[in-house]
Amino acid sequence: MSATAAEPWVGKPLKRKEDPRLIMGRARYIDDINVTGQLWASFVRSPEAHARIVSIDTAEAAAQPGVHAVYVGNDLDLEAPLPMAWVPPGVEVKNPPHWALAKDEVHHVGDPVALVIGSDRYAVVDAAQLVSVEYEPLPVVVDLEKAYEGGDLVHADLGTNQCHEWSLGGGDLEAGFNAAEVVVERRIVNHRTAGAAIEPRGVLADYRAGSLTLTSSTQVPHFLRLFLALQLGISEDRVRAIAPEVGGGFGSKLQIYGEEIALAWASRKLERPVKWVESRTEGMLATHHGRDQIAYAKIGATRDGKITAYHTKILQDLGAYLMLLTPTIPSLGAFVMSGVYDIPAVQTDIVGVFTNKMPTDAIRGAGRPEATHQIEMMIDQLADELGMDRLELRRKNFMTPESFPHETALGVVYDSGDYPKALDTLLEMADLDAIKAQAPAGKLRGVGYSTYTEICGLAPSRVTGPSGFGLQTGLWESAMVRVHITGAVTVYTGTSPHGQGLETTMAQIVAQRLGVDPQNVEVIHGDTGTGPQGLGTYGSRSTAVGGESVARATAKIVEKARQIVAHQLEASPEDIELIDGKFAVKGSPDKGMTIGEISGAAYIPENLPEGMEPGLEELAFYDPENFVFPFGAHGCVVEVDPDTGNVDVIKYAAVDDCGPAINPKIIDGQVHGGIVHAIGQALFERIHYDEDGQLVTGNFADYALPSAADVPSFDLDRTETPSPVNSLGVKGIGEAGTIAASPCITNAVIDALRPLGVTFINMPLGPQRVWEAIEEAKR
Amino acid sequence: MIPAEFDYVAPQSLDEALQALAQGGEDAKILAGGHSLIPLMKLRMSQPSLLVDLRQLQDLKSVNADNGQIRLGAMVTHHRVATGNFGLASAAAATIADQQVRNMGTIGGTLAHGDPASDMPAVLLALEGSVVIRGSSGEREVAANDLFEDFLTTAVGEGEILTEVRFPRLEGYGYGYEKFNRRQEDWAMVAVSALVKKAADGTCEDVRIGLTHMGSVPLRATAAEQALRGQPLTAESIASAASHAAEGTEPPADLNASQDYKRHLARVLTRRALTTASE
Repeated sequence: MSATAAEPWVGKPLKRKEDPRLIMGRARYIDDINVTGQLWASFVRSPEAHARIVSIDTAEAAAQPGVHAVYVGNDLDLEAPLPMAWVPPGVEVKNPPHWALAKDEVHHVGDPVALVIGSDRYAVVDAAQLVSVEYEPLPVVVDLEKAYEGGDLVHADLGTNQCHEWSLGGGDLEAGFNAAEVVVERRIVNHRTAGAAIEPRGVLADYRAGSLTLTSSTQVPHFLRLFLALQLGISEDRVRAIAPEVGGGFGSKLQIYGEEIALAWASRKLERPVKWVESRTEGMLATHHGRDQIAYAKIGATRDGKITAYHTKILQDLGAYLMLLTPTIPSLGAFVMSGVYDIPAVQTDIVGVFTNKMPTDAIRGAGRPEATHQIEMMIDQLADELGMDRLELRRKNFMTPESFPHETALGVVYDSGDYPKALDTLLEMADLDAIKAQAPAGKLRGVGYSTYTEICGLAPSRVTGPSGFGLQTGLWESAMVRVHITGAVTVYTGTSPHGQGLETTMAQIVAQRLGVDPQNVEVIHGDTGTGPQGLGTYGSRSTAVGGESVARATAKIVEKARQIVAHQLEASPEDIELIDGKFAVKGSPDKGMTIGEISGAAYIPENLPEGMEPGLEELAFYDPENFVFPFGAHGCVVEVDPDTGNVDVIKYAAVDDCGPAINPKIIDGQVHGGIVHAIGQALFERIHYDEDGQLVTGNFADYALPSAADVPSFDLDRTETPSPVNSLGVKGIGEAGTIAASPCITNAVIDALRPLGVTFINMPLGPQRVWEAIEEAKR
Repeated sequence: MIPAEFDYVAPQSLDEALQALAQGGEDAKILAGGHSLIPLMKLRMSQPSLLVDLRQLQDLKSVNADNGQIRLGAMVTHHRVATGNFGLASAAAATIADQQVRNMGTIGGTLAHGDPASDMPAVLLALEGSVVIRGSSGEREVAANDLFEDFLTTAVGEGEILTEVRFPRLEGYGYGYEKFNRRQEDWAMVAVSALVKKAADGTCEDVRIGLTHMGSVPLRATAAEQALRGQPLTAESIASAASHAAEGTEPPADLNASQDYKRHLARVLTRRALTTASE
């Protein structure tokens, strides 16, 4: 029997509990945290994209007043190079050693070569400029396609720039293309971007009395503790990792960074706390990037629009090294390569390629935005080729609502979905064609669509783990719920929210089940020393996996509460349910106890059932059976100035389905941010290295993050198709907007330019590129 | 922000400021809002030994708009220019970056800095305004035409302070300001200032066109001006004149805008700015 609350907290658009402290500057980020005796660190970074380190002279830096130590790569006696967590069975992944400080060779601009530690935050940066490094330049590999073909090598001893090959396919591809009457092929570029969290990274390492406490602006404190223990050779019980308030991550803090390891090592060596906070320039150089792939996509269909086969070959620019998940990112997209379409034969072939750039890794969506961008562009391109309405083509190939759970040709089982309904809802919301028809003189308007799904709730360990996909970890979550004697509740989650509003979402889940106010449910996260274990916040997993573990721990509380109430009121536990904020006897709502009264009875155990332990605190671990598959339909109108190439998004409407909403306001916020993130990639943002491997877009003047002034208001709606995977029925939402929106914008720009003869264009759609495409089409 | 070490003074008078500059030597810099200098210091591309902050100098915050001439103290903020009803200058100032920057940045600061991507240099050039420069040996007035010497190099010498900005109200002129950038708060990829005086017969009696970010200094589009002067202000003649807007320019290219694209933008924006100015 499930308890029902007097207040239906689940589904309410509550304001976020965490916002007052964030908005009013009361939150404590890493930059706010200082400890007695603390030293400061500064890293010396390579200005060369590829070079042999001939010599490093640290004497002048070390002699500066206040400088305590200067370390170079060979000083750091670590147990292992920085971690990479993917060992896919049967696949060779070449993994060149990647040390916290480069030892003999640097492989990208920003590669750290020395660490200066001293008593003054400013003096260590001054001293770092005095470290003299002699480099012998080596050939620089920048262009992805050239690197793939061979020529100069990033890692000479590997003998190739190709790191690995990985494929996922299902169905008879040859038969599928043989059956096709129309085949469309495109080269689709998904360029490199930065996570660009507003709070840069920062680390405070404090080793004392044989134990290490490391505070870091991270999304994954529990992984961090494990790897600190492994890298430094410290027993895991003596390592505590803390993620304080974290000002955004977008995947860029789902990482084990060399700076974290180096500071921990230095703190142990010096027996002093050591702190480092990244500058923005450093962040652009040395915090992992995302995307950066070129796909050669090929889609086949019959003349009447039935897709018969889809093949894509992806070159993934890995950058110079493999970081925690670097080579896995395109593979995450491969699981949903065919999107929302029922395609009988699908294959993705991936080649990871090294270049002399910062490594790529997970950035919001991680592989799935790339996959969605490909299929949604290819659908529009195919519709154009067939002369068919692109929505009709989509509908013709949608997986039908009746087919769920739907096993795709790849053997992936989509949990639930109703794609026609999402598209219908979108079309009811906004008449995009009418807006297009009202284009002012001299301007061109275009409509774009994206009907998407994604795979998230990263999870099911049996699929993702060592003998499956090959991640060397489980991906379960755990939660502990503690009801205090007053009836107030503390929830400990192993996830590590950093802007997602999970303190509110999780409080609503608990409040609903215990009949308390969410304001009295405190959610604690991000500290391996205070709560249960967990695996962090990324992959839109924190509600679908972490939230479910909270619900399960709460269910155990409810079960114990009912036994206590039944015992005290001389009723049967089966007859106790939550009515008007009380656990009461069914049919006699005035005969009941609040959760505070129950916890009072639990903590002053004078009258508990025979053999029952005192207290009211429960722990649950949860490992789902499957992923969850959010989906939706996005549509937009762009206005192009053909004289300048400028693109304005003038309307954006989105319908997203992440299952039953726990907090609609938070969902909307996540969708807003996600869409802006993807508009950023489509129109503005671009990490660019020149031919010498120098980063051209190294600050926010050149790396163009959009602001509120650059995007329209969004029209949002939802459908709610529950997932059968978890008891909440929820799917993820943090990445959905980003996954859906870049092809929506790109398709709209192509739609606008089609009258001028432009039929295809790759992101980023900056004005010069759009203008050049128009000029090209004129010739 | 971790800049190199520097000293800081905020003098109470212009004389004190000049004295501080003189004592600070060649590595002393004036802080007049700081929205260009401080980012450069943050990147350590600028490492001044001394910052002389003009924020306390109330005399440099005065606005005087009598007798058809506008005189603005160097420390007048972009926000005050934007909201001051000064025609072209206000229109341009309103597009500078965002509100926070307009609240801090000053007209004297941006002109003395001489960044060809900034809005106000080409505006002052089109207005045929001038600046007053004070040094230890006295005061001089420098025409806009002589102010901008090279990229980030102006006639404001070592130990001198730009104290006032002057430009005529230009009664009878229409104006247009066209700025093209990627994001709202970005510097101009290209911007065009246009001033047009219509004669009684509807022809162009006078025209002035300023180009932003089309060279190492702000420029006048003299060929386009010549092409329009005396002509009827029709769409055709404006388009024809605008086609000369980029003549002789060597605009600085970057990742987002090639020279060809910037020259094209200059022609498009000139046509638009002239059209607005002629209405």
